[in-house]
Amino acid sequence: MTDYEHYEAIVVGAGPGGAAAAATFANYGIETLVLERGVEAGSKNVSGGLIYAEESAPYTIDDLFPGFREEAAERPITTYRIHNIAGSKVESFDLTRLHEHDTEWSDAVLRRKMDSWLAERVHERTREAGGGLLTDVHVNGLLREDGKIVGITTDELDPITADVIVAADGVNSELARDAGLMDWDEPEEWFQGVKAVVDMPADVIADRFDVGEDEGAAHLFSGDLFSGVRGGGFLYTNRESLSLGTVFHLDSLVAERAEPHELLDAMLTHPLLGQWLDEDYTEVEYSAKLVPDSKKVALREPHFGRLMVVGDAAGQMQAQGPIIKGMNHAVSAGALAAEAYAQAKSRNSPEDAGTLYAKKLKREGVMQKLRPQGYELMRGITERDSVTDLVDSVLTSSVGRFGVRALSGQLERLYNTPALSSMIPDTRTPYVTLPTVIAEELGTRIRETNDVSPPDLEARIENLTYDTDIGNPHITVLDNSFEASGAAVSACPVSAVDFGGGCYREEFVRTNGSEERVVSLDTQPCVECGTCAVVADTEWTHPRGGKGVEFNQG
Amino acid sequence: MHTVVLTKGVPDFREGQVSFDEDGHLERGKTPTVMNPNDQFALEAALQTRVRHGGRVSVMSMGPPGYKEVLQEAMESVYADDLFLVSDREMAAADTWATAITLSAGIEKLGEPDIVFAGFKTADGETGHTGPQANWCLDMPLVTHVISLDVDEDEGILRAKRLVEGDIEEIETVETSLPAFVVTDPEFAPSYRSAGDRLTLKDLREETKARAENYEDHLTVWDHTDVNLDPDYIGLDGSPTIVSSVDPIPKAPAEREATMVDPDDSEAMDDVLEAMQSALAGDAAAAGGD
Ligand SMILES: Cc1cc2nc3c(=O)[nH]c(=O)nc-3n(C[C@H](O)[C@H](O)[C@H](O)COP(=O)(O)OP(=O)(O)OC[C@H]3O[C@@H](n4cnc5c(N)ncnc54)[C@H](O)[C@@H]3O)c2cc1C
Ligand code: SF4
Repeated sequence: MTDYEHYEAIVVGAGPGGAAAAATFANYGIETLVLERGVEAGSKNVSGGLIYAEESAPYTIDDLFPGFREEAAERPITTYRIHNIAGSKVESFDLTRLHEHDTEWSDAVLRRKMDSWLAERVHERTREAGGGLLTDVHVNGLLREDGKIVGITTDELDPITADVIVAADGVNSELARDAGLMDWDEPEEWFQGVKAVVDMPADVIADRFDVGEDEGAAHLFSGDLFSGVRGGGFLYTNRESLSLGTVFHLDSLVAERAEPHELLDAMLTHPLLGQWLDEDYTEVEYSAKLVPDSKKVALREPHFGRLMVVGDAAGQMQAQGPIIKGMNHAVSAGALAAEAYAQAKSRNSPEDAGTLYAKKLKREGVMQKLRPQGYELMRGITERDSVTDLVDSVLTSSVGRFGVRALSGQLERLYNTPALSSMIPDTRTPYVTLPTVIAEELGTRIRETNDVSPPDLEARIENLTYDTDIGNPHITVLDNSFEASGAAVSACPVSAVDFGGGCYREEFVRTNGSEERVVSLDTQPCVECGTCAVVADTEWTHPRGGKGVEFNQG
Repeated sequence: MHTVVLTKGVPDFREGQVSFDEDGHLERGKTPTVMNPNDQFALEAALQTRVRHGGRVSVMSMGPPGYKEVLQEAMESVYADDLFLVSDREMAAADTWATAITLSAGIEKLGEPDIVFAGFKTADGETGHTGPQANWCLDMPLVTHVISLDVDEDEGILRAKRLVEGDIEEIETVETSLPAFVVTDPEFAPSYRSAGDRLTLKDLREETKARAENYEDHLTVWDHTDVNLDPDYIGLDGSPTIVSSVDPIPKAPAEREATMVDPDDSEAMDDVLEAMQSALAGDAAAAGGD
């Protein structure tokens, strides 16, 4: 056996999942090395984002990191509303009850600030146990000996072995893929999130959102403003900025050939948002990232040999109706994985860590949230196209409209029912048809004007920070025919049909007299969202450590 | 492992920093002093040695008291442990030879370091003599143009890759016993391929923050008596070099007229393109007529 550098535990990725795993290992005195590819933890990460501390969760972020809320978070979210939109008609419901269900607290966060704060704590604590946290290291695969996973390989360091490896490397986990636990084939299994962070002084936020210093607001948007694409929009208040974004089902985005940045703009410029945004609109960052849909991809056995997979890497991202819960589950899973290893080791059977970790996910109720039984049961019926068509046609008929009017007093209550929101079928009915009908039947017309003119894609790209790995593109198109990879031209958040400055471009080449429609790729403006790993035929990896895009907000 | 890095302050030749008088002479008083850019590579080589093998890094310079800040800069970038400035009026106006004698006396006073590192050429003198001459006094094995190195502590050996004749096309690997004198090439690149090394590097960075702020607590200033040198052998008196005169390099005459064009001004850019095309066509015609 080659003489490799060895640590007892290796954690790949310093997002909430990795931070929780590393802190828990350190609590058990286990020597832990944490490897993060960004120049700083958080520089690659994007979330909406509201982090939840659930009452029923086995671990919360502030259990593991005292002082988190004061030092790493933005504002507690104290008001939560959803707006059903049809044209300029809007019917709003207060969803604060759903938001507060099983919630100890929930804060808005910006990931650069949050993750870098966590990483400092993690480094201090893991260093004490003989390990530590390194940035600028891209883990590119698993190290195997005699077919067994024994460690990891990286672009920057010599291979390293470990007794246990936690893959907390987020959506598009290269380690989960290498272990054969995840593939990136089905657009139905993913959402795409796109986000803009917008400057706004604290006093203006207080005024426009009617919130005190330690209060914040969340607003959700659904209905007909997104050209029929299944998904919705969000607005969260930070201390001195707003996070505005959209989350769409990737298959729907592809089917409609929608341009993600245009959908975001549709929201930013909707009259409803005129009460919060004005012509002084200053976008400080545009970003995007894939989001797994746990209902479909959460791994039931997220482990293989010495490898345990946590957070987005294991598909543990729950869309509970409009509420998005990924960070909190990553924290629970990370801590449970480390705890499982420590306990298995104390019973002299460290090889059982993975199985124990999977058991804990079930026992602690995490798996039930990620893959709710109600959804599994209903899915067979509610997601059939014929059923969707039937429900939609009933809903939009006079009968359905009558029903909506008759239910008007109770709709808000229904929306606030956690059991219902976890079963919501993945069809256009709840995302588009129902909110539209509600707004049409019950809504009030918005008279406000909206003077926002969002920057175009070119300006958005120009405003981002990149350290391009020249001559070493991290994505290669394997099949450049339009049939195989053309979906990326519109689905890539930094590309667009007829835009030459993005990643994917449509081209026509003449061969033997016939014209062929192909795509070409330039990874320079890539924001590493992962979309084209799924919707195009590519060989997809992340860039080398420290290279590529660097988010300052996240 | 104890290593010593020799460094020097030089005028900051960067545009906007440097100032010359009417005769084209450098105005030292008006030009800020910075660490000689090439010394960065010597510092990095010392840091790599320190990270991989532990021990201590000392940084030494000969020069006026103003060089203290240069030493602070060196401490920040290399996480050095201690700083030495050999400074004395008697040492003023030294040429490379007198400087080399002074530095070697300083190094000897430090004891017997395992490796002495020097950078290649200073930005003001451009001779590249000082390092090798200092080593002539110290009489250690000398390796120049080093682009990477590794130390085998058990064997007491240093292995280095160096450019033959300073040429990047030709690289040789040499081995020498320790102690040794190493002159780094500007092509030198440190390499940290183990997580352990990178963690040590991170620790050192943390440790040095406070140290570099209070760098004077870690700074020792020596005059000629401290290093036991006869004033006749140092400074101007000890310098065999005589600079007879300095000829300013004449500026290239600007005969051609330049026009500034805003790249966003598409009309102006069209003119540029047209001008280029006709120039190219002219070239082609000339080539064709050959
Ligand atoms: C627009 C949007 C809105 C969202 N809103 C919310 C919300 O409101 N609430 C919520 O809870 N969740 C939200 N999410 C989801 C949430 O961001 C994720 O679920 C969460 O970040 C998952 O955490 P993680 O630790 O598993 O992975 P990540 O946070 O993605 O961390 C993975 C880390 O691993 C690093 N890494 C990846 N690959 C490698 C490698 N090969 N080598 C080394 N390092 C590597 C990355 O740089 C990163 O730091 C949202 C996501 C998006 C995109
Ligand atoms: S090139 Fe691919 S990974 Fe990069 S931004 Fe576009 S879709 Fe996302």
